[in-house]
Amino acid sequence: MVTVLLYLFGILAILSALGMVFHRNPVYSALFLVVTFFSLASIYALLGAQFLSIIQVMVYAGAIMVLFVFVIMLLNLRKEVRLPIGKPAQVIFGVIFGLLLFVEGLLIIKSGSISGTLGRYPQAKVNVIGNVEALGNLLFTKYLFPFELASIILLVGMIGAIILGRKKMPKEL
Amino acid sequence: MIPATNLLILGAILFSIGVIGVLIRRNAIVIFMSIELMLNSVNLTFIVLARQLHSLDGQIFVFFIMTVAAAEVAVGLALIISAYRLRATINVDEINLLNG
Repeated sequence: MVTVLLYLFGILAILSALGMVFHRNPVYSALFLVVTFFSLASIYALLGAQFLSIIQVMVYAGAIMVLFVFVIMLLNLRKEVRLPIGKPAQVIFGVIFGLLLFVEGLLIIKSGSISGTLGRYPQAKVNVIGNVEALGNLLFTKYLFPFELASIILLVGMIGAIILGRKKMPKEL
Repeated sequence: MIPATNLLILGAILFSIGVIGVLIRRNAIVIFMSIELMLNSVNLTFIVLARQLHSLDGQIFVFFIMTVAAAEVAVGLALIISAYRLRATINVDEINLLNG
C-alpha cells in the first residue's frame, strides 16, 4: 500500500513539474509547482518524516508560493505570456543537456549501493519517541549553533527584501 | 520496505526537470521556480538516505535548506521586482546590463 502511494505521488510530482516547466503562463506554472510541493509533502509523510511534511506544506506550498503568486500578479506580464517559452535551438539543447544530466545521475545511482555507518535512529525507534521530539532533541543540542545562525539568515533576508523592494532610495543613503 | 533506489531516481528526474527549466525558460520568475524545484529534489534525496542510514541528521539538513530557501525567495523576488521597475520586463535576455 505504501509503495503504491509512493509511486502514485512520484508520478504526480513528475507530471506537475513538467507542466511547470513547459506551461507558457507563469500563474499556471506556479500552481503546477504547488501540486509538486504537495505530492513531495505526501512522499515525506509516507517516509516517516511527518514534521518535514507539515513544514513543506506550510513553508513551501504556503508562504513561498503565495509570495510567487503575489509577485506574478504585481508585475504586468501580458507581453511575456504570448511569447514562446524559448528559442527553438535553446529548447532542443536545454532538453538534451537535461537528459544527459539525468542519465549521469541514473548511472551514479545504479552503480552504487546505499551503505555507510548506520546512525542511532532507525525508523522503529523514531516511531516510538516521535518524529518531532527526536528532531527537536537533535536541533537544540547537536545543531544549536546552526539553528541560531538560521535565525540571522532569516533576519538578513527580511532586511534585504525590504530594502530592495522599496520604491526609491532616500537621498542620504 | 520502501523502494529507496526508485525514490533516488525520482529525485534525479525532478532535478533534471529543474535544470531543463533553468536552461530553456526566459521568464525570470519561472527560472526561480525551477531553482526551487531543484532544492526540493535535493531535500527528497536527503530524506530517503536519512531513512536508509538510520540517521536523523539528513532531516535536520532539510530543515536548514528550507530556512535558507525561504530567505532566498524573499530577496530574489525583491530583486526581480526592482529589475522590473528599471526595465519593465523580466525576460532575462533583455536584462543584460550591469548598471541601471
